[in-house]
Amino acid sequence: MRFIFKISYRQDLGLFRDRFQRDWYIALLLGLLALPVLLPDYRVDFSLMLIYGLCGVSLMVLAGYTGLVSLGHAAFLGIGAYAHVYFAQDMGLPWIVSIALAALVSAAAGGLVGLPALRMTGIYLTIATLAFALIVQEVFNRWESVTGGLKGKAVERPTIFGVSLQDDTSFYFLCLALLIAGLWLTRNVLRAPTGRAWVAIRDSEIAAQSMGVNLAVYKTLAFSYSAALMGVAGALFAHQVGFLAPDIFTVLLSIQFLLMVVVGGLGSLHGAIFGAIFVALVPVGISEARDVMPEWLGRVFSVFGQDAGSAVAAAVDGFVKHPGLEPGIFGLVLVLFILFEPQGFYGRWIKIKLYFSQFPLYKRATFKRQKSYMRSERLR
Amino acid sequence: MSFFRADSLAMQFGGIKAVDEVSFEVEAGEVFTLIGPNGAGKTTIFNLVSRIYDPTSGRLLFEDEDITEVPPHEIAGRGIARTFQNIELFERATVLQNLLLGRHARKRSNFLEELLFLPKVRRLELEHREAVEKVIDFLDLQSHRDSLIVNLPYGVRKVVELARALCAEPKLLLLDEPSSGLNVEETEDMAFWIQDIRELLGITVLMVEHDMSLVGAVSDRVLALNYGRPIAMGTAGEVQAHPDVIAAFLGG
Amino acid sequence: MLGTVLQLLLNGLAVGCIYGLVALGFVLIYKATELVNFAQGDLMMLGAFTCYMFTVWYGIGYWPAFALSVAIIGLFGAALDRIILRRVIGQPQFAAVMLTIGLGAMFRSFASMAWGSEIYTLPTPFSAQQSLVAGVSVSHEYLSIIAGTVILCAVLYAFFTHTKLGVAMQAASQNQLAAYYMGIPVKLVFSLIWAISAGVAAIAGVLLAPVSLIDTNLGFIGLKAFAAAVLGGFGSIPGALAGGLTIGLIELFSGAYLPEGFKDVAAYVVLLIVLVLRPQGMFGTVGRKRV
Repeated sequence: MRFIFKISYRQDLGLFRDRFQRDWYIALLLGLLALPVLLPDYRVDFSLMLIYGLCGVSLMVLAGYTGLVSLGHAAFLGIGAYAHVYFAQDMGLPWIVSIALAALVSAAAGGLVGLPALRMTGIYLTIATLAFALIVQEVFNRWESVTGGLKGKAVERPTIFGVSLQDDTSFYFLCLALLIAGLWLTRNVLRAPTGRAWVAIRDSEIAAQSMGVNLAVYKTLAFSYSAALMGVAGALFAHQVGFLAPDIFTVLLSIQFLLMVVVGGLGSLHGAIFGAIFVALVPVGISEARDVMPEWLGRVFSVFGQDAGSAVAAAVDGFVKHPGLEPGIFGLVLVLFILFEPQGFYGRWIKIKLYFSQFPLYKRATFKRQKSYMRSERLR
Repeated sequence: MSFFRADSLAMQFGGIKAVDEVSFEVEAGEVFTLIGPNGAGKTTIFNLVSRIYDPTSGRLLFEDEDITEVPPHEIAGRGIARTFQNIELFERATVLQNLLLGRHARKRSNFLEELLFLPKVRRLELEHREAVEKVIDFLDLQSHRDSLIVNLPYGVRKVVELARALCAEPKLLLLDEPSSGLNVEETEDMAFWIQDIRELLGITVLMVEHDMSLVGAVSDRVLALNYGRPIAMGTAGEVQAHPDVIAAFLGG
Repeated sequence: MLGTVLQLLLNGLAVGCIYGLVALGFVLIYKATELVNFAQGDLMMLGAFTCYMFTVWYGIGYWPAFALSVAIIGLFGAALDRIILRRVIGQPQFAAVMLTIGLGAMFRSFASMAWGSEIYTLPTPFSAQQSLVAGVSVSHEYLSIIAGTVILCAVLYAFFTHTKLGVAMQAASQNQLAAYYMGIPVKLVFSLIWAISAGVAAIAGVLLAPVSLIDTNLGFIGLKAFAAAVLGGFGSIPGALAGGLTIGLIELFSGAYLPEGFKDVAAYVVLLIVLVLRPQGMFGTVGRKRV
């Protein structure tokens, strides 16, 4: 077991817990820089993973740290995407200006949702964000001069300071840079008074208020900041998919973002990233399985005869190629996590680490959840 | 000139008068205690003072300023901090984070500075930390500094809540049943701390309490309430001997 | 002109009844177990598909298929409670929300695998029939929805007020612990509540099927039913029905008289306005945490 000696208050203010952690992150960064070279076939998927990472951080700030669960974050992604494409392509603004404006527009929309959200609690807020997202989606459908309506809108590759990022590798690095920037900014806010105020609102609004936290200001701020991050992610997302249509930004996408933060582990930035990796890579895994699994299982079952083998192969083929499979798998994963590991991947990771660091003495009860049967969250 | 004054304060929930024309004055530097049977309106008065409820009528004056209309989040900045009867800590945060949040009313950095974590923010954070460490030393919380609240026993949580209120550097401290749920030893510690808070830190204390040994040990003046109305006022001994108080508690 | 208005009124009421029934399911479960069931709309979708399967694929006739599918979905609801949802009672509300969202996704996935992603129409004994009332042609399908809702509500009302079990359910929903001490088998009651809500959802699905079309996205009607439940104050059964009717009427009339596109979002716009002006819904009361 490693013990960290604290000899200065500055130690608790650092970006990382200690220098071991910092070294690990530097190693991770080197790995990420080498990734497109190591696995060139998956560059596009990795870019999507980084964009989802930004989305995860955005929703984590709101749901995981401030306790405001939004079921409408796909709307902010869409607002960022359409705004960026409109500013950069239709108005011809420089890329940097355009993405900053997209973040601002999205932040303004976030503030707009945040304001009425002040009067709502818990599930009502979730439903309100859902309603907002559905309305925004309809606006995407109808506002054809900006969004191109149902016909959609083609998106060009980004050109930054005259340098055109045509290939997938440079786009990957762009996404990586913005994700790191987003993480750095978010970490800064979280270790400052504003981040503490958000956590306070999550755990006890009334105590936060009595200690001087202005609920209106900090809730709106959380919404705006989260939406701004989502707006940046949306701008990148627009380049990633290359074509915008209103039916991309559905409730299902919002649900996928929530799944990300739950599966990753609520209340930690690590969790947001773990969740993004999971959500971005499961479809890749499924598509790999589509190619390999029927044949492989068919071969296994052909020990019962050639007919059994080909029958199984055909059945499995039909199953894994079914378009309804992927959302079902996401649903199943969500159910399993809520039931068995509500702290998500990050919680499991902490437990495994603790198990090894305390090896013979680990107590399972350390993480036992307290159930409360008090009816405190009831809506009357 | 008065330190804190409640002027014919009244609070009505539907048809029930929880607080009915209560007036009292707290002088700087004293420990003032409210007692009374359950439902006498003690906690309601606290919620009125900390502005969680809007009074039906009456006025609140703090350092000769009318605070009846001040929004609840500005109360801490004016120098009034409180604890809660059933503990309202930030459970999934560490003790240190809870105490630092206690400094929120003294926050001087804005969002953009924090976003970039400018040197100014770092300097202010260090100042907050030093103030918090003084409170940690004062209440002997060193060993719990980095534990999450959910992992702490009830008695310690009670102390952490007191510490969080002290971190706001209040002039008036509201303690809502500081001894509830504590054992005899912990209650004695609490009595010493309340005395120290008044004598060493010079903070005025307004307290709601049931444990008469604690009330007798620390309070300068006691106000007894029943059905939202004041029935007796004086030292702990005088109030305890008052026939109306005995009647209220024993139902005579 | 008057004819159109009456026509819209009737259709709006019928659609509103469906929203109301689904909202009723939300409210029943919420009142009893404090869980918000985001999969209610998907249960309705499963009900409609099951009925279609029995009617068309197995050809057992509309009425037996109706009864059978309601029974099956009801049992399924009870099983859901028994196996899965009971585990999250007492955990933060958010856990149940995510859990039921996940279940809903699984139901849709299952439906698309079991019944394919085609769009079906459910034939009924009263399909394509209409009568002329006061100069307005009234389609029997819409009429059947309204009649079905009225009958169902009467039955539920009688059940909850006049039977011992119904009263026990009310008791359990007001105070679980006290009801448990009074000898009410609270766990069984919860399963029954789930069975009833799932059954109600299935009935809504079967009633809606002739008017709408059956596909795997039928469950998204649940979102509008949500608006209905919130409008009615979430904890109130009459509120849910009233909310459903309001949403149904607003939707049909805005579809007829407002520019294109408003029909689909009218329910949500109303919902947002209500939440901003009266966060507790039309019939709810304000609740504030006590300290």
